[in-house]
Amino acid sequence: MSETITVNGVSQPLPDDVRVSLLDFLRQHLGLTGTKKGCDHGQCGACTVLVDGFRINSCLTLAAMHADQEVTTIEGLGTPEDPSALQRAFVEHDAFQCGYCTPGQICSATALLEEIRSEWPSDASDDLAAPTLTDEEIRERMSGNLCRCGAYANILAAIRQVAEEDA
Amino acid sequence: MTAHLKQDGPVDRAHLDGMQQGLLGKAVPRIEGYAKVTGTATYAAEYDVADPAEGVLVTATITKGKVTYIDNDAALAMPGVLAVIADARMTTRPAQGTAGEAPEQEPQSVSYWGQPIAVVVAETFEEARNAAKHLVVAYEADADVDLDPAAAQPEPQDGQAVEMGDLTAAMDAATHSVDLTIETDGHASAAMEPHAAIADWDGDNLTVRASLQMLNYNIAELADALGVEEDNVRLISRYVGGGFGSKLGISEEVVAAALAARQLGRPVRVVMSRQQVFQCIMRRSETHQRLQLACDAEGRLTAFGHHARVSNLPGESFAEPVLQSSHFLYGAENRSLGMDLVRIHRMTAGSVRAPGEAVGMPALEMAMDELAEKAGIDPVAFRLRNIPGENPEEDLPFTSHTLADCLRQGAEAFGWDDGPRRPRMRREGDWWIGTGMASAARVHNVSEAKARVRLTAEGRAVVQTDMTDLGTGTYTILAQIAGEMLGLPIDRVTVELGDTNHPRGPGSGGSWGAASIGSAVYLACKALREEIARRANTGEAELGLKDGAVAGGRTLVDLLGGEALEEVGHYEPGDNQDAWTASGFGAFFAQVRVNHWTGEARVDRMLGAFGFGRVLNEKTARSQCLGGITWSIGAALTEALHFDPRDGHLANPDLAEYHVPVHRDVQDVEVLMLEERDPLASAIQAKGIGELGMCGGAGAIANAVYNACGARLRELPMTPDRILAALPE
Repeated sequence: MSETITVNGVSQPLPDDVRVSLLDFLRQHLGLTGTKKGCDHGQCGACTVLVDGFRINSCLTLAAMHADQEVTTIEGLGTPEDPSALQRAFVEHDAFQCGYCTPGQICSATALLEEIRSEWPSDASDDLAAPTLTDEEIRERMSGNLCRCGAYANILAAIRQVAEEDA
Repeated sequence: MTAHLKQDGPVDRAHLDGMQQGLLGKAVPRIEGYAKVTGTATYAAEYDVADPAEGVLVTATITKGKVTYIDNDAALAMPGVLAVIADARMTTRPAQGTAGEAPEQEPQSVSYWGQPIAVVVAETFEEARNAAKHLVVAYEADADVDLDPAAAQPEPQDGQAVEMGDLTAAMDAATHSVDLTIETDGHASAAMEPHAAIADWDGDNLTVRASLQMLNYNIAELADALGVEEDNVRLISRYVGGGFGSKLGISEEVVAAALAARQLGRPVRVVMSRQQVFQCIMRRSETHQRLQLACDAEGRLTAFGHHARVSNLPGESFAEPVLQSSHFLYGAENRSLGMDLVRIHRMTAGSVRAPGEAVGMPALEMAMDELAEKAGIDPVAFRLRNIPGENPEEDLPFTSHTLADCLRQGAEAFGWDDGPRRPRMRREGDWWIGTGMASAARVHNVSEAKARVRLTAEGRAVVQTDMTDLGTGTYTILAQIAGEMLGLPIDRVTVELGDTNHPRGPGSGGSWGAASIGSAVYLACKALREEIARRANTGEAELGLKDGAVAGGRTLVDLLGGEALEEVGHYEPGDNQDAWTASGFGAFFAQVRVNHWTGEARVDRMLGAFGFGRVLNEKTARSQCLGGITWSIGAALTEALHFDPRDGHLANPDLAEYHVPVHRDVQDVEVLMLEERDPLASAIQAKGIGELGMCGGAGAIANAVYNACGARLRELPMTPDRILAALPE
């Protein structure tokens, strides 16, 4: 019996070819093309997904390494009819232009808010024991997600709005 | 029916402003926004095409020469491999923007390191990638290769040259002068979506889903490369994951996918790797520039010299138009401008966001800052003193001119201190803090454009054109124009873009997209209004339409009487292109900090004030400006292509080594939009905006670095090593 992986709540058999990255598995095998391939080398963050709640670059890992784990992609966070708070805020603040890095930005931001709740420090934290969500903290934690259109200022505004709604 | 306008003069500026829906110009969220944030927008590689084979390009590992042998048999023996294709019709470079014909072909002939030479096709991506990596290729290399732009023979670009008065005499006689050489490294567009294509033949008819900016030209380029008729080709690019020039022309993977799909009789997908995008698409040329400026005691420019050397591959006509805005930005009677192109065997040079001004304007503005300092005049005041009344080289009036307003309002909003300036006036810990500014200018163009607008019997509008939206906001602004003209709320307008089955748009590039295609949609809607007015027994100009009804009268649905109406708007530039100088203008203000020990520079704050005609959508227009400012930060501090001097290969072909700005590089940025109506710019009184935001910005940052720490840089980007070397003791 083949091993399985859970993607957006649905159990899926893992691919036979062990070379298949988690990213290519999502895009090519499952048709979940919301997760983007920008560099395939962990340099741009467009492929960011949540695995058991933590964000990772899905291009830097093989699907076969995630048996029995739960993957959440942008499609699992919300739909056009029922978007998440971050998805809504990204539209309101024009936090994207071409949209290609956007799913990765939103997956990253989703995990970022959880990291702060869990009091994980970063390079930008004034207090390593209890980081607070300053603008610089958001910028630092989002710096693995490149946006060539240059929507950073609006992405910051969108994340800040959701963080404040949550607080 | 077609509504046509060839614009020879100003349009009626009051007409569009007289509409009643109240939609145009507003900060309307992107109509495709929820598709993008939920991952349901479909980019080139993502179309659900049945059972595609996967192709991976193979690229040359020599700089110049011939491919003499490819071991097809060994590759075909590998699991899943279906074909190794090195068809002579494959293209080896991207087409230049607006080429309309095939670029260089014949992949067996190599002219730069990294050039595509074959495509390997297999059942799966993993199989194709593996076979491509192991493909055995033999070459006959040509050792006679020019790689160094400083050593190659220059070809003067006569079309760019201007000689007026006597520059040398004016420099010698002037009270104050500067004569500097500034070098800028090459740039990459680095759009987030790699180039990709899925080709599918149905008999002799080809459909390619691709990521392209200018389908109206790309269809001819692809048909020419394949040797088929345009009528047999359909291109689809509904969503484009960024372009910035890199997707102007048909790219190598599109032709490769089409040829492979033809040969195999099944759909083929070819996606470039990030490294391939860097190596075999476009670079912005490095530049070597000489600026000679002189002024009198009152700070009036008397001499203006700007000479540049740029490079490209043999056979390419494109030369980075470094001098584009230098021709008209500042007055001076004695002028000398000239460009040289050198031929070297680095990858293709072509358009990267704001070709020309992106590197020419910062160099000019760095020289202006030095001259203002010598003359003892505030840099804002110095620029205000030198704004010409008309184009100083061609005696052409400006369609409109907002530079002075941008300088004044930008300075005020930024809190510019016009008191005495000298470096190292402020230090916080290890950091020197300083400010700098620069002018912005970007020529405005329009291009021929067609769009169809259909008014359905149910009272909905559908806009159709092959125009693309690269993130520029095309979907939304066209919906706003149609909604405004036809009196419909935005949710009753549908916009269908990126399909060559629709009327030809202008393509996205050169910042001409919105003004051109917006004018076509305006014209189509105006013609529809004439028919509606006829039915409502009134004149078009008097027809007040709002929320699907004539003001105080019948509904649109009622007037349509179960019938759909359709018009094609056709906009063409006319004498307005030749009889006036049209440009967007702006001003940048920056505050930076420079680390005294490491030479690291950070932009703390940046403000751009821009005038570009009518603002079509306050939200998306601002985003375009923010993007330009972000690019300015990259061009100033981090972005540089590095080529191996031995073989000319790009040594930093990925996003780890080519440093685009990240979130933490972009701090406090502010945009001021100085709205105006420019009735000579386009039928909707709007100008281009996509590139203006980076035309000079790096100069403001360089000037701020000087003001902070006293280092006058002669090279961009201002990496820490360069700043340390230029820091005075």
